[in-house]
Amino acid sequence: MSDLELQAELGLGARRQGASPRPRRIGVAEGLAGAVALFLVLAAVVPQLLAPGDPLAIDPLSAFQPPSLPHWFGTDESGRDLYTRVVHGTGNSLLIGVLATTIGLGLGVLLGTLAGMLGGFVDFTVNRVLEVLFAFPGLLLALLVILIYGPGVATATIAVGLSTAPGYARIIRAQLVSVRSSAFVEAATVQGLTAWRILARHILPNTLAPLLVLATLGIGQAIVWATALSYLGLGAQPPAAEWGAMLSAGRTYITSAWWMSFFPGLFIVLTAVAATTLGRAIERRMRHA
Amino acid sequence: MSARPIPPAPDSGPALRVRNLSVGFGRFGAEPVVSGVSFEVAAGECLAIVGESGSGKSVTARTLLGLAGAGARVDADELSIAGQSVLGLSEAAWRRRRGRDVGLVLQDALASLDPLRPVGREIADSLRLHTGLGPADRSRRVLELLDSVGLPDGELRSRQRSGALSGGQRQRALIASAIALDPPLLIADEPTTALDVTVQAQILELLERVKRGGTALILISHDLAVVSRIADRVAVMSNGRIVETGPTREVLGRPRHAETRAMVAAVPAGKPRGTRLAAAVPATAAVPATATPATATAAPTAASARTEPRPPSVPAGTPGPGVGPAVVLEATGLTKGFRMPDGTRLLAVDDVSFRLERGTTLGIVGESGSGKTTTARLVLALATPDHGEVRVLGRAWSAVSEQARRPLRTSVGAIYQDALGSFDPRLSVRDILHHAVAPDSRHPPGSGLLAPGSRPARARAAEAGTRARVAELLDRVRLSPALLARRPLELSGGQRQRVGIARALASRPQVLVCDEPVSALDVGVQAQVLDLLDELQRDLGLSLLFISHDLGVVRHVSDRVAVMSEGRIVEQGAQVFTAPEHPYTRRLLSAVPSLP
Amino acid sequence: MFVLWAVATLTFFAVRLIPGDPAEAILGGPGSQASAEALAAVRAEYGLDQPLLVQYFAQLGRLATGDLGRSYALKLDVGPLVLGQLGGTLVLAVLSLALAWIIALALATWSTRGGRVAARVGSGLEIVAASLPHFWLATALIVLFSIWLGVLPPISTPGLAGLVLPVLTLAVPLAGFLGQVIREPLLTALESPFVLSALARGESARGVRWIHAIRHASIPAISLSGWAFGSLISGAVVVETVFARPGLGRTLLNAVTVRDVPVVIGVVMLVAVAYILMTLLTDLATRVADPRVRAR
Repeated sequence: MSDLELQAELGLGARRQGASPRPRRIGVAEGLAGAVALFLVLAAVVPQLLAPGDPLAIDPLSAFQPPSLPHWFGTDESGRDLYTRVVHGTGNSLLIGVLATTIGLGLGVLLGTLAGMLGGFVDFTVNRVLEVLFAFPGLLLALLVILIYGPGVATATIAVGLSTAPGYARIIRAQLVSVRSSAFVEAATVQGLTAWRILARHILPNTLAPLLVLATLGIGQAIVWATALSYLGLGAQPPAAEWGAMLSAGRTYITSAWWMSFFPGLFIVLTAVAATTLGRAIERRMRHA
Repeated sequence: MSARPIPPAPDSGPALRVRNLSVGFGRFGAEPVVSGVSFEVAAGECLAIVGESGSGKSVTARTLLGLAGAGARVDADELSIAGQSVLGLSEAAWRRRRGRDVGLVLQDALASLDPLRPVGREIADSLRLHTGLGPADRSRRVLELLDSVGLPDGELRSRQRSGALSGGQRQRALIASAIALDPPLLIADEPTTALDVTVQAQILELLERVKRGGTALILISHDLAVVSRIADRVAVMSNGRIVETGPTREVLGRPRHAETRAMVAAVPAGKPRGTRLAAAVPATAAVPATATPATATAAPTAASARTEPRPPSVPAGTPGPGVGPAVVLEATGLTKGFRMPDGTRLLAVDDVSFRLERGTTLGIVGESGSGKTTTARLVLALATPDHGEVRVLGRAWSAVSEQARRPLRTSVGAIYQDALGSFDPRLSVRDILHHAVAPDSRHPPGSGLLAPGSRPARARAAEAGTRARVAELLDRVRLSPALLARRPLELSGGQRQRVGIARALASRPQVLVCDEPVSALDVGVQAQVLDLLDELQRDLGLSLLFISHDLGVVRHVSDRVAVMSEGRIVEQGAQVFTAPEHPYTRRLLSAVPSLP
Repeated sequence: MFVLWAVATLTFFAVRLIPGDPAEAILGGPGSQASAEALAAVRAEYGLDQPLLVQYFAQLGRLATGDLGRSYALKLDVGPLVLGQLGGTLVLAVLSLALAWIIALALATWSTRGGRVAARVGSGLEIVAASLPHFWLATALIVLFSIWLGVLPPISTPGLAGLVLPVLTLAVPLAGFLGQVIREPLLTALESPFVLSALARGESARGVRWIHAIRHASIPAISLSGWAFGSLISGAVVVETVFARPGLGRTLLNAVTVRDVPVVIGVVMLVAVAYILMTLLTDLATRVADPRVRAR
């Protein structure tokens, strides 16, 4: 079991409870999560719109200012406006999250599909490999990758992607195996459909349907891990406007300027919560739509 | 208010008296689930409350234990158990009475006994909660109880968990826990529904014994045959009200209310083949929206008008009107084994042979574990036999590759017990039927992405043909076209099975394999589906392989019957029910309850 | 055993992928301007002048006898070094696991008893808790308890007071996950026929909860213990760093930062062993909690 499998289990698990009533209107939590996601995407694509300033502009005279009207989130040790930095950092952090998820999901789908479709020796081998990879829980695999390739944004992204891949692979394989042996696939066989048509019409669509949910849940997870690596000084380096790096920089001044750590972290939490909430909302809707 | 108060028994006061009981949920003013219900039960008497699911019978039972649920509003003129009023009792006061004054036995003891705890502990809980007995006395009493419900080896059994016991043993243990304190009133809610007939008969005998011991028994059931075996009086519930009540023989023998008549008519057991079961099939049985499956809402005269038997469609053994061989499906020496977890080999199907003749129905009946489902899988070529062969329309079927078999697949349709699981959950009814009618069409049906004009005329004509055929199929199974846009999850059980039948008919099969097709359905809906199958067979000349655990159903639909037990066919032929030869068949038949 | 061998093999060859000369790394990295003689001496000392396969089998042999090699940076034997750090991390992990279970059970019980609003609040809290990154939660706790309230030390001093914040940091997100896993089966169990049967016997709501429902609800969460342990170890890397607490996590991070390969391998091997042990323990615990598994 990996973090991701757990997330997926929690997101997809409701399937077993059978027919719950179709959710008609958008709930408060889903609405809020949607708003947060919209804000984050805007901040990532057009940061100037939300924070017109320069995230790297130094103003030593106004260093270490607590949150106030001109500086919503306060300023850092060089007098840079934290709100501007957090907004401009969104793009970096989100990009890392999306890329890492793409790498992990891509590899996972490849391995999982191979194992599930070919079965036999391939399935056995892939399963053993995954078993070994699971013996490096959580960040450990990512740390190994960084040990080999050295710290940096690119390495951290790849590291997070690689360490989430085994989880995706197992989910996809399990899904594939369960769909393949399901009653509706047997019914299609009885109807006289060819193996290829059953694969294209029933097996693949039902196996890949949860991918959107997985990706949404995974991005939140990936961002948390990537920022953790940056925080530990193994990913993005200060003064880059990246949430983890900003938190790391704020650590030195934790006793005097709590806001330097608080706001970047708040955005990480908001992103993760929004991703989880949206992922589950999508899953619920897909089941009923 | 159609409920009529029953005069109290002259000698002793009743164990339970209910007058004008109403139970509602949710907002005030919402339609109550149970309303104006009155009845009473004397010591040593059994009252059966019967009705379709959703009629309010289970809520009534729960209310008698103060367990109607959070937010339930219970209202009555009188509600007294053993002469004491229990209206408006506090939770703590209820707790002291539950188990001591009223016992409850639920359906499906596997789920009704905590699967993680030894059954002995579950039984001892009643004693722990209501008596001052110490652990040693409690376990001694548990052994006595197990013995009294017919479970020998109490020492061993009390240490086992419900999962390790057989269905009958579990139900006995559950009854033991309910009668541990010898309560004056015992409520049994569908106590035999999940059980095989032979076990069901034993459990009914046990309940009968408990009743004779002076306990007042309330039996909640949808199964009139079970009720007729044990109940002294019957109360029929419908839409939260008691619509008819009286001595069992009278109510079931000469039902007065339309609802009761429909229920009695729907019981297939003992009805000649071809008799209509559903009192009246509405023009469109599938009522749109979330409505419960329509049963008998039509005039009561319709029921009697339709109960004339018809002659068997095609005399057994003679070739039907279609061309081709007279034997459409033939199994010879089918054997299939599975490796058990402990390494031994279990023969699920052992040397099974049968022939299905054109236009007739062959019923395969057996209890759980008899191998009938594996037989169905072998016939559908979803599993390969270890020995033996299946031939379809005289041609090789099980012995050839899937590729060679595929052209013949269109001749064999199938419907399943779990209709919902047999549909791709992403697809709507329209998709399912379009795929079934035109398996090779490229365009996803009804997607409407391309403007009609941009397609070649031939494709358009083909699509129009598909659409017409889908409409025809829907009409055949009496489903409203309004359901086309729905997904199976949004349909009722009866509607799902109709879609399943429509899908099976799409390729114009000659053989229809029905694996427990009505087992998951309410009696009323079951009757409609059985009628539909019967009509389809007559109109289309279908040959049916009908597999079921329900002897009544099999007897009603089949021309010939094969009885399976432990993987073998012990007896087959047309005479199985009238002149059973094999001792197992006789035992099975004698266990089946029937209407008076 | 297979997993251990595979882990050893994987790490051995992965480490060979590291660009640059390991001998140079031992002498302090490319900046150290080490002489050719010094490099040769180091190579001989660490066996780096042997062919790759010889090195591989030599390392496997050493691993089999429990010899994890010598640290490049600290010039100490890795085995004792790593084992010495194990205790602190284990204490942290075990306490956090216990606290997480208590929080999760309390929250799940409270929110399944209190009606719709409580259920919403409960599941919302669980999602937020599960989303809290360790590094940020640690920071927030330090600011709150050490700087503003001044009741607890911001770095992990020996003794109980120093353990509170690190344990809280690890326990809260884990409790969020466990709570989510417990909630569904708890609700299912509370609505199941066996609970109705127990109520009909006269069992109280509290009795039903503790005798029947919680046991059922705990089984899926118990089977997650292996995963929970992994997430705690991975969290320990962050938490030990933030609270400047000695332990495996911090050792690992330092070793990765200075590329002290034997130490990294030592820690990873130890964690892999612990993880495998934990998986076995989880299986055992699941069998105890769910006798049905035994019967199968």
